[in-house]
Amino acid sequence: MTALIEAQGLTVRFGGATVLDRVDIAVTPGEIVTIVGPNGSGKSTLVRALIGLQAPAAGRVARKPGLRIGYVPQRLHIDAGLPLTVRRFLSLPARVSDGAAAEALARCGVAGLEVRQMAGLSGGQFQRVLLARALLARPEILILDEPTQGLDQPGTAAFYRLIEEVRATTGAAVLMVSHDLHVVMSASDRVICLNGHVCCEGAPSVVSAAPEYRALFGLGTRGAFALYRHEHDHDHDHDHGHGHDHAHPHQLAAEAEDAR
Amino acid sequence: MLDDFLARAALAGIGLSLATGPLGCFVVWRRMAYFGDATAHAAILGVALAFGFGISVYAGTLAMALVMAVLVSRLAARGHAMDTALGVLAHSALAFGLVAASLQPGLRVDLSAYLFGDILAVSRADLAVVWGGALAVAGLIAWRWQALLTATLNEELAMAAGLDPRREQVVLTLALAVVVAVSIKIVGALLIASLLIIPAAAARAGARTPEAMAVLAAALGMLSALGGLGLSLGLDTPAGASIIAVAAGLFALSLAVGRRGA
Repeated sequence: MTALIEAQGLTVRFGGATVLDRVDIAVTPGEIVTIVGPNGSGKSTLVRALIGLQAPAAGRVARKPGLRIGYVPQRLHIDAGLPLTVRRFLSLPARVSDGAAAEALARCGVAGLEVRQMAGLSGGQFQRVLLARALLARPEILILDEPTQGLDQPGTAAFYRLIEEVRATTGAAVLMVSHDLHVVMSASDRVICLNGHVCCEGAPSVVSAAPEYRALFGLGTRGAFALYRHEHDHDHDHDHGHGHDHAHPHQLAAEAEDAR
Repeated sequence: MLDDFLARAALAGIGLSLATGPLGCFVVWRRMAYFGDATAHAAILGVALAFGFGISVYAGTLAMALVMAVLVSRLAARGHAMDTALGVLAHSALAFGLVAASLQPGLRVDLSAYLFGDILAVSRADLAVVWGGALAVAGLIAWRWQALLTATLNEELAMAAGLDPRREQVVLTLALAVVVAVSIKIVGALLIASLLIIPAAAARAGARTPEAMAVLAAALGMLSALGGLGLSLGLDTPAGASIIAVAAGLFALSLAVGRRGA
């Protein structure tokens, strides 16, 4: 299948420092790809280069012509001087109908927040509203840069469940950056382990067993693999609409603790 | 009605507020207050050059304001600390302007009119320039509103949506230069930035959306202009400064209202 977004030999330098060294990456329609890596490994830079926010020093980035990107930034600071309701925020950059706005909020589990000020939302609500706004562009690919920063573990698990649901219902590909290793593995089709270059890449079970990955993240990450197995013991092909709870958050959190 | 200097002054203030209200909101949201100051101070140099070369004061101030705006953007893009760059440029431009003006004997007398403005001396031609410029700026901002707002909120979000934040920065820079050029005769170079910032800051407390804040800022600007003219007439105080004083009073009131609302 042709890639939605693709980089070949992507190299980015800041001053004299090489932040990304000949990175190859491609995301095809409908897949969930997660980039993991330690702080300073170039995760955010890679995402910025893929979107076109960061010019490469070498290599090339190709996006499908007219690609609709739904972007959820790592941080969104809203100036205290800017009054902004959730409803108004959803109408940026393109105006959307009240119905579409309400539906997007409901889909992200934050129905009825329209009249609230963005600055007054909790961290979890804020991230979900960001996701709702990204979905309104009917994206072919959702790009999320550490979307669960500042969320607690149950909140994080719930957020990734939501991402999986969104992929299931809209068919959008998902590219996300994370260091929530314990939870993120479960939601991904493919994991790319980054440390300036691509250390290893593949299915979550393959990556978490790879020596390069172990070297970067240590042995504690065996827990992530356990979690991955746990969640995927379920049959994934059935209908999601029957209230079947996929990833029991409390149990997950407990297992993550055990794994440490 | 236009024969009355007071009516002309009131109309000039109202027209100017149409532009300074919405533009002032962006100055506040994007933390461009110093940027406005630098552009306005450069206008004095523009006045001096206009007299020197015998061109229109509006053309001179517009050109200098644009040069300054571009210069500041460039410096900021090169990674200089913004407040330092602006501090250097704003005050240098003012100093050079004052020096250049002093070299022209005819201008020495006039200079205070451009530093502090003289809204009561607005002619019919000035009025046409103010309204023309203000409507152009208001129209430009209305046209680019969604893109400007998205780029102001977050540049990355804007770029991911296919917008170019640099283009929106150019739009605002252009709008600022036009506002400075048309308002220098009204409030003067030293007070233009306050006409942008104070009504917008006062409007913040009473607004829940960006649109409401822009409209409210324009309304408060008009109220300040009319109130300031009244104050000036009653107490025989300078009109430009009186307008800003009334705006500051409205801002203080908005703080009280905001606190009660919260």
